[in-house]
Amino acid sequence: MDTILSINNLTKKFGYLTAVKNLSFTIKKGNVYGILGPNGSGKSTTLGIVLNVVNKTEGDFHWFDGNTSTHDALKKVGAIIERPNFYPYMTAEQNLKLVCKIKDVPLSKINEKLDVVGLLERKDSKFQTYSLGMKQRLAIASALLNDPEILILDEPTNGLDPQGIHQIRKIIKQIAAKGTTILLASHLLDEVEKVCSHVVVLRKGVKLYSGRVDEMISSHGFFELKSNKETELITLLESNPSFGKIKVEDQLVTAFLNEPMKSEDFNKYLFSQGIILTHLVQRKESLEEQFLQLTDNNNQN
Amino acid sequence: MLRLLNLELQKLLLNRTSKILIFVSFILPFFVILLSSLKINVFGFFTLELGELGIFNFPIIWHLTTFFASQFKFFFAIVVVSMIGNEYSNKTIKQNLIDGLSKKEFILSKFYTIVFFSLVSTFIIGLISFCIGLYYSSYNEASIIFSEIEFLFAYLLKLIGFFSLCLFLGMLVKRSAFALAFLFILFITEWILFGLLSWQFDVALAGNIQDFFPLKSMYNLIDQPFQRIAMTKFPNKGELIYDYAVHWYELAIVMGWTALFVFLSYRLLKNRDL
Repeated sequence: MDTILSINNLTKKFGYLTAVKNLSFTIKKGNVYGILGPNGSGKSTTLGIVLNVVNKTEGDFHWFDGNTSTHDALKKVGAIIERPNFYPYMTAEQNLKLVCKIKDVPLSKINEKLDVVGLLERKDSKFQTYSLGMKQRLAIASALLNDPEILILDEPTNGLDPQGIHQIRKIIKQIAAKGTTILLASHLLDEVEKVCSHVVVLRKGVKLYSGRVDEMISSHGFFELKSNKETELITLLESNPSFGKIKVEDQLVTAFLNEPMKSEDFNKYLFSQGIILTHLVQRKESLEEQFLQLTDNNNQN
Repeated sequence: MLRLLNLELQKLLLNRTSKILIFVSFILPFFVILLSSLKINVFGFFTLELGELGIFNFPIIWHLTTFFASQFKFFFAIVVVSMIGNEYSNKTIKQNLIDGLSKKEFILSKFYTIVFFSLVSTFIIGLISFCIGLYYSSYNEASIIFSEIEFLFAYLLKLIGFFSLCLFLGMLVKRSAFALAFLFILFITEWILFGLLSWQFDVALAGNIQDFFPLKSMYNLIDQPFQRIAMTKFPNKGELIYDYAVHWYELAIVMGWTALFVFLSYRLLKNRDL
């Protein structure tokens, strides 16, 4: 698979503060990546460095094959950062024209991309009259103008109302479905979980994890159980080596697995032991639970 | 180069405020010079015709028009500082760089715009001086008409140098109003330094050193023409004689400052985290 971006031992210091520390990861073509981390974990700084607006302190990064200069590479990249930045006195179309001139893209792309984000009817309105959701959609149209190899989105739904968030997510999913590589920075876990296949987790500028989302924690998931014979169920589970931690909360028994087990086998086994379940759910930890577990573990170490 | 100029012109000409300021900075000196060349009847008491004074004769007209026109450079200076200030306040400078403009190209697009408008201004002033001169001047030999045409070149360099200074100040403080304030502070500082130097050493030496300061060196390119006009009236007054010509070293100093200001603007941007 082609490499789009590789980052090696990247470090950024703002005075005494180390915003990014020895960060390395690689972005391959065709995947959807998430950069996860709480506010101030160095997500935007990392993106700022590879986008040529923040100077690195140490380390290096390469776009594509490594022979392309950063500002040439950026012509093949589409990126939006935190807030949409456009000239308020220009209309949407004029703003996009300017971007076309910077990126050396034919002007015919403008209408096509405005249509993708649903702003075609408003293209002659000035940018300053747009709502935040529309501004953000215009930013996406602008990032798509050059049919980028990779789309970089930094907190694209920040500050939007639920409708706006929904619209943006729908657009991102459409773009991902076409095979465009996406790098999405966010502190909203469900956002990353819904769209991304790979994830890089940052905390205080240090990388905690990078790899596939579903392999983030070596876990076999857990069962959520309810039964009328609760005490017998718990004793049975505690005596079974397949189960680790058992948690009881409001008559809901949560049993964590030490090894893989199918729900039908488990149900059959309980039935043979004379325990009938009124509730059985097999689940894996959500990204949120995994993320908190990961950051907590690293807190203790 | 055309691409970069084109980018910046779009940013400027779609903005109403800068459009008006650009218009004013070009049209105002044009009209002032044009009006002053007309025969004006003051309430029937007497007619005022500056042309009769001989100030619109070749070659002195080149000197006179460029001197007066350069007083209007302040309007375009506002445009220059605001075109940097706006990029920072709208954060579009960040977006421009992310979209694939290099930091060098960003500074160059501003500098090309400065050169472009300075050229336009020089051309307009050159044209109007030529026309008025032809109308009033008793000379019509090409050698006299085009003598001292170097004042036009000095005018061009003066504009480019001054606007490059504004560009640098704009990049330095990121806010238009503060940049203009800095310009004023620089003006005062130059005179304070001159005062200190002439107090410590002597006035002649201080004057020589002051000729190397940015604002003073730009002023030196086109000296005031009043004394010269007086000279034409009283040809015998020896003490009025002064050196008003455009010298190569005056041009060199201003070119040096221009190069330095553009380079420093680039260095500032290069080392800055946006």
